[in-house]
Amino acid sequence: MNIPTNLRYSESDEWVLVDGNIATIGITDYAQSQLSDIVYVEFKVEAGDEIKKDSIIVTLDSAKATADVNLPVSGKVSEVHTDLPEMMERVNSDPYGDGWMLKVQLTNPGELARLMDAVAYDAYCQKRSH
Amino acid sequence: MFIPHTDLEREEMLKVIGVKKLEDLFKDVPEAYRFPKLDLSPALTEMEVYSEMQDISKANETTRDLACFLGAGAYNHYIPAAVDSLLRRGEFYTAYTPYQPEISQGTLQAIFEYQSLIAMLTGMEVCNASHYDGATAVAEAGVLAYHHFREKRMRFVLSLAVHPHYRETLCTYLCGYPELDIKIGAADQNPLADPFSLSTLIDNNTALVVVQYPDFFGRIYDYSSLAKTAHEVGALFAVVINPIALGLLKAPGDFGADIVVGEGQPLGIPLSFGGPYLGLFAVRKELVRKLSGRLVGETLDSQGRRGYVLTLTAREQHIRREKATSNICTNQALMALASTIYLSLVGKHGLKQVAELCYHKAHYAAQIIHAIPGFSVYCDTPFFHEFAVRFPDTVTIEEVNQHLLDHDILGGYDLGNDYPSLKNHMLIAVTEMNSREQIDLLAEVFKEVSHA
Amino acid sequence: MPEPTVYELSSHGRTGVNYPEPDVERSALPEGLVRKNLPLPELSELDVVRHFTNISKLNYSIDGGFYPLGSCTMKYNPKINEEIARMPGFAFTHPLQPAETVQGNLFMMFQLQQWLTEISGFTAISLQPSAGAQGELVGVMTIRAYHRDRQDYKRTKILIPDSAHGTNPASSAMSGYEVVNVPTDSKGNVDLIALQSVCDDQVAGLMLTNPNTLGLFDQNILDVVRIVHQAGGLVYGDGANLNALLGITRPGDLGFDVMHFNLHKTFSTPHGGGGPGSGPVGVAPHLADFLPGPIVVVTEEETDEIPPLYGFYMPPKSIGRVKAFFGQFGMLVRAFTYIYMHGADGLLNVSEYAVLNANYLLARLRDTYKVPYDRICMHEFVLEGHWDKSPQVRALDIAKRLMDYKFHPPTNYFPLVVHEALMIEPTETESKQTLDAFAEAMVKIAAEAQTTPELLKEAPHDTPVKRLDEVRAARELVLCCWVPDQEFPE
Repeated sequence: MNIPTNLRYSESDEWVLVDGNIATIGITDYAQSQLSDIVYVEFKVEAGDEIKKDSIIVTLDSAKATADVNLPVSGKVSEVHTDLPEMMERVNSDPYGDGWMLKVQLTNPGELARLMDAVAYDAYCQKRSH
Repeated sequence: MFIPHTDLEREEMLKVIGVKKLEDLFKDVPEAYRFPKLDLSPALTEMEVYSEMQDISKANETTRDLACFLGAGAYNHYIPAAVDSLLRRGEFYTAYTPYQPEISQGTLQAIFEYQSLIAMLTGMEVCNASHYDGATAVAEAGVLAYHHFREKRMRFVLSLAVHPHYRETLCTYLCGYPELDIKIGAADQNPLADPFSLSTLIDNNTALVVVQYPDFFGRIYDYSSLAKTAHEVGALFAVVINPIALGLLKAPGDFGADIVVGEGQPLGIPLSFGGPYLGLFAVRKELVRKLSGRLVGETLDSQGRRGYVLTLTAREQHIRREKATSNICTNQALMALASTIYLSLVGKHGLKQVAELCYHKAHYAAQIIHAIPGFSVYCDTPFFHEFAVRFPDTVTIEEVNQHLLDHDILGGYDLGNDYPSLKNHMLIAVTEMNSREQIDLLAEVFKEVSHA
Repeated sequence: MPEPTVYELSSHGRTGVNYPEPDVERSALPEGLVRKNLPLPELSELDVVRHFTNISKLNYSIDGGFYPLGSCTMKYNPKINEEIARMPGFAFTHPLQPAETVQGNLFMMFQLQQWLTEISGFTAISLQPSAGAQGELVGVMTIRAYHRDRQDYKRTKILIPDSAHGTNPASSAMSGYEVVNVPTDSKGNVDLIALQSVCDDQVAGLMLTNPNTLGLFDQNILDVVRIVHQAGGLVYGDGANLNALLGITRPGDLGFDVMHFNLHKTFSTPHGGGGPGSGPVGVAPHLADFLPGPIVVVTEEETDEIPPLYGFYMPPKSIGRVKAFFGQFGMLVRAFTYIYMHGADGLLNVSEYAVLNANYLLARLRDTYKVPYDRICMHEFVLEGHWDKSPQVRALDIAKRLMDYKFHPPTNYFPLVVHEALMIEPTETESKQTLDAFAEAMVKIAAEAQTTPELLKEAPHDTPVKRLDEVRAARELVLCCWVPDQEFPE
């Protein structure tokens, strides 16, 4: 299970990469393995939207399941990875790199503190596997 | 009856389970309500039930006994013998939904071919594995449009000349969604007026516009201008079709339809007192992920061999549950198969022939009826195989139909049932099954009845 | 060699059916509206017959083998049903014919309505809904109509057990309700404490399958109904599992307010490869006015000489039509025939033996597979398709391997409350021999899972196609045949 240490993690399996006031968001390696091969990516938001924490930002379909991706920290959408639907496999093969989903300008940076670090997230995943 | 167990086997099985008698298996059922005595008629052998059912079936008059001029959404067409012969193969009709594709390639390939044939017929890019009937297909088009606009557009515009049952079904389905604005024709519209005044109802809040082609009164219009108006405000444009008519007429995919729905019963499915029928549903490819119902896709197996599977299943209720846009589970698989076989048999030439026969016979009928003094047929607009006849005020449609029955003719539909301003109008349908003699007799009886 | 598609078999100029020339003068065709190109295939009748015969042979079917699909009730489809449905009096009647010309059909529908009320303990029936899912939607809509009729607009929630079929929450959402999940307890019953805690005056009703999708009859059913009723809600019954209850108990007696039937499960109408089904809905008296219609009633009472006259009637506060015409009539004929043949004793036997068969299979398999709820089951039961000792083997692999043993796999991954679920429903029409053969195959597969798991992971081996790439199907989306343009000139 790949859990990069420079990221923060939500309980609904999203990762956040913080760079100044911009947060990049995607789903974790654990999440993509649970969903298995992604067949469809649908963005529920657009650049410029102001979204509150826990809102649904993306819907992912795999051959056998569907899952909503939630925004782990409130923000204004600055960039949507519009190419991702064309290369949906990247969500599986490169969830922390090319599989990124969107970038937001943080509107409530205090929420970052409620996210888990890599160690906590690892323990969280282990707990759920049993 | 169909239970194979012997008494000995039952006792052996009870022993393995560890109970003494069958009744012991039902201890969880509250005692007060256990083993009610059902008041049903006594059991019959197959021989007896056959005889009983034959008597019941004979208490009906059929389109085999009567010359049928009744249409209005269900049509008397010839069904080639090979259709039912193939449909009766147990491998088709006793099979289950193809959730295990490796052992369901028969069903899957048939549905894949069905999807292709209907897409080609309607001029659309994607067709699903079918809905229950034409009415529910229209309703599902409404549901699709509602979700397509993320529940932000509230208006649905329907032509008055869409089949009354279809409009009612759409309304029933949409009643669960708050505050929708369903507009059916212009408020004071004469149902026989042309549909172009619908454009006044199409606004920026419109999700869907629905027209019928040929319409409920049999008339054919070029809807391109209405499609354009709908698209200018970003609304979806849906066309309800008759598949036989598409053997002759331009396909809706060619004049701007986003969604094509319709009743597939004319394609090799017997009248059967209204069901089971076949809901056709086809869309442009941009809408494929909004499509409800099953979809079959082509793929390869682990050895590189071509095969078919149910696909995009993540759209459906068994995965999305309350987030599914529709609850539909079954399709009308066997009826879709019937239509696939029918279309394969008649093919490119046969379907055109059937359509032309319907067209020419209907136009002959319209001409000779129109010529009867006191009668008028609405034939200013082009029509396919149905037309409305205005009778003189001296008779009611009910009386006319009674009189026709005395001559072994099943008369047309009383339009006064659904359109109060059309009380003295009958909708007549003519198909390839009606001979010239039957049509001449129909006109003769009309003449008789108007002098009564 | 895969079977070609109808387009690939097509040959320019071939026809399958010929029609006579028109016996009337031709009229002018409508200008500008005639199509130029009709891209349908061109096949001879033999081409078509051979093609569909050959693809049919790729199908598994009840006529060919055992289908232990939980919640589907894959019982034998009697051939007499097919004969009778095709009698001209049934098959060749137009739905809009005057009532006097179809008294046979109307009588049959009326009698079927009566029989279904007798079987279920309800008062009124609509035969119109086309399938189980549509019956559910109707059920939820009647509940909605009932509350609104009483001006009670604050009931916005429907309670649904976590074991429910996906159509339940989907139908609720389509009716504008919010879905609230109710957990199942460790014995497989609705968790009464949890139920009590969510029952308030915002609850419109509970959707309950009983026996549930675990095959278990709720041991507290009367309490469940009482709790919901006390909160002012109604109880909807999903009748998918009615095959366990014929002559055993009646949902109406237990307090259910509305229920849908699946004629294609309980009453032997064929599954047809995925439909048509038929989903009539039965209701208690307080919901009768809301049923979809029209329904069949007696319009003129009988006299000494004349039988009653039947006709259609729209309930006064009906939720409206849910389809054109009256329902899946052809399937109603088949179900009617089935009930007519069985009578009360026959139907009781159906449920008794359905439940016997399920418990027998459970007894034969409980030592080899994990049983999450170990009690007497009804007509179906659930096993877990995995072993700690063979962690890479899952329910899916067991299912695929069963095909090599010439059995259709049971339902898998449903209900969601069981890990790697395998839901097994044998039905009453299967013999002890078939059940024994199935049990032996399941035991063999369990052994293979330990010794040679690759046999499962790579299964099926003996089927017309091997495991299909579903990811590719969803990603590449080929939903139509390739249609060669050059064969369709103009």
